[in-house]
Amino acid sequence: MGVDRRQFLKIAGVAALAGLGGKAAVDILAPGDVEASMKALPLTEGKRWAMVINMPELNDEIMNKCIAACHEEHNVPEFGDPKVEVKWLWKEDYHHSFPDHHNEYIDEKYEHKFLLLACNHCSNPPCCRVCPTQATWQREDGIVMMDWHRCIGCRFCMAACPYGSRSFNWGDPRKAPKDKNPDFPTNINYPTRSKGVVEKCTFCDERISKGQLPACVEAANKLKKNVLIFGDLADPDSNVRQVLSKNYTIRRKPDLGTEPNIFYIV
Amino acid sequence: MLDLALKGKRGYWGWLIFLLVIMGIGLGCYIYQFQEGLKITGMSRDVSWGFYIAQFTYLVGIAAGGVMVALPCYLHDYKAFGRITVLGEFLAIAAVVMCLLFIFVDLGNPVRIMNVIMYPTPNSILFWDMIVLNGYLFLNILIGWNVLSAERKGLHHPGWVTPLIYLSIPWAFSIHTVTAFLYAGLPGRHFWLTAIMAARFLSSAFAAGPALLILLCLIVRKVSKFDPGKEQIRTLGGIVAYAMIINVFFVLLEFFTAFYSQIPGHMHGLIFLFKGLDGHTQLVPWMWTATVFAALALILLIIPATRRKEDTLAVACVAVFISTWIDKGLGLVIAGFTPNPFNRVFDYWPTMPELFIAIGVWATGFFVLTILYKIVISVKEEIAA
Repeated sequence: MGVDRRQFLKIAGVAALAGLGGKAAVDILAPGDVEASMKALPLTEGKRWAMVINMPELNDEIMNKCIAACHEEHNVPEFGDPKVEVKWLWKEDYHHSFPDHHNEYIDEKYEHKFLLLACNHCSNPPCCRVCPTQATWQREDGIVMMDWHRCIGCRFCMAACPYGSRSFNWGDPRKAPKDKNPDFPTNINYPTRSKGVVEKCTFCDERISKGQLPACVEAANKLKKNVLIFGDLADPDSNVRQVLSKNYTIRRKPDLGTEPNIFYIV
Repeated sequence: MLDLALKGKRGYWGWLIFLLVIMGIGLGCYIYQFQEGLKITGMSRDVSWGFYIAQFTYLVGIAAGGVMVALPCYLHDYKAFGRITVLGEFLAIAAVVMCLLFIFVDLGNPVRIMNVIMYPTPNSILFWDMIVLNGYLFLNILIGWNVLSAERKGLHHPGWVTPLIYLSIPWAFSIHTVTAFLYAGLPGRHFWLTAIMAARFLSSAFAAGPALLILLCLIVRKVSKFDPGKEQIRTLGGIVAYAMIINVFFVLLEFFTAFYSQIPGHMHGLIFLFKGLDGHTQLVPWMWTATVFAALALILLIIPATRRKEDTLAVACVAVFISTWIDKGLGLVIAGFTPNPFNRVFDYWPTMPELFIAIGVWATGFFVLTILYKIVISVKEEIAA
């Protein structure tokens, strides 16, 4: 009852993997990971990942912690030069984040209120449409992924992204100034990139595959719950769907038809 | 026929050595860029394409412009152009070589360039641009070479070349249409998001390409015994005149839509180019220079007396070349990134190594062009003798 063929095959597959020595094999390759993934199976089964950012609850401390957690997790170096900087998650004020919501009588406290920006993991992503090598593509769970080993660095995706969410490695990230990055690479379990490839937020695919929340969400949760809410839009009972049904939210440049999956509670 | 390129006077060899030196300097700068990354250029996360892609775009136009000789000759049976079709085809070869090199030097990871073929992606316009540019290069090599070697032997070109010639005509239109589609289909880049982009590209190409061809014809006449012909140059002048008028008309259409609708996103790019935006006025003198040259070109091209006189026609052609180069080889790309998605303006200007690499690519194109034109001239002189 209530189990269709696809689900049955999935359950059977997981059971077989765990039962037939699969766990032992996984333990050798990645000790401890399999327990984590089995315990939190729902987080690895999203169909359309999304994030809701609760703007009134955001403050500088939370945002800085989120950015630091993200950039440490993903070996994003600090260059100290806006021309070549790489950023996955960053702060920007309302006025520049929503340039089409301009209103000259809006109060200063909203106009220059800072919020967090990242890749919107659009449902209709122009970056994936233009990439000539499929180095950026959309996964079945909606995540817009990057393959840094295939990217030729043509930067067509950067021209196509209407959100400025993509960064290019103008130089070698391993040659980023040492005084600004004393501990680089900050996470030896995550690759550093080579020069000449484009990179961006991946909704922490490496973490959600292990059943963990994205690094920024985890960092925010440590300070305050429900500031960054991450979940599955396809599930009508999910946390994000509940938050979206109870709050008024906006998205960046919705009239471009890209269907961004980061929502902002104003 | 290649042996003909190995026999030349001192001026010929001097010119080739001069180009080789510039190519060498460009190569040196490219090796530096290859090692350090594209941070040695003026490009940034906000203006992420620059001088290289702009040169590429302009030169696709020059390549496509060559068709303005083939089309009247083969579709309208305008026999006079038979004398110079090969000049148009060889100019296209040199221009496409430069296009491909400009794409190459712009890549962050050039060693992976074959990924475009290994993972063919039909939804990417860049994939199609790769196909049409290489196809056009291939077509022009086949056609130009076979037509010229047949002419040398006093024969008509082989029959199998004829369908390729007919194919090359719509193909020329395709290269610049596809190149326009690189820009004209991107959401959020208002300056580029215009349905008339491909039409604008073609009109400026059909002005700039034949204008360069006229200048090359005049040089060929000066340095060799081969005269491309008075009538040929005059007809080309008429083509340049029509194309330039249409080109300017299309640009004015952009102004109307932007400023009558008053939609800020549509106006920003044009304001940035001609008046400056948020105090950033770097391109303003350039664009007004382009405007003055366009006006001068139009005057000289529209008045029959100045169009028919070769001296003034040459001045008009130089004006067309400069004006369209500033428009496409400088303004178009930078203005597309201005303002950025956050409505901020960031300046872009090519760095010295970036300029030397670009000049090196231009020198490579002229090196190829010189050798090809030398072969044409030698063959034509041989026949006349």
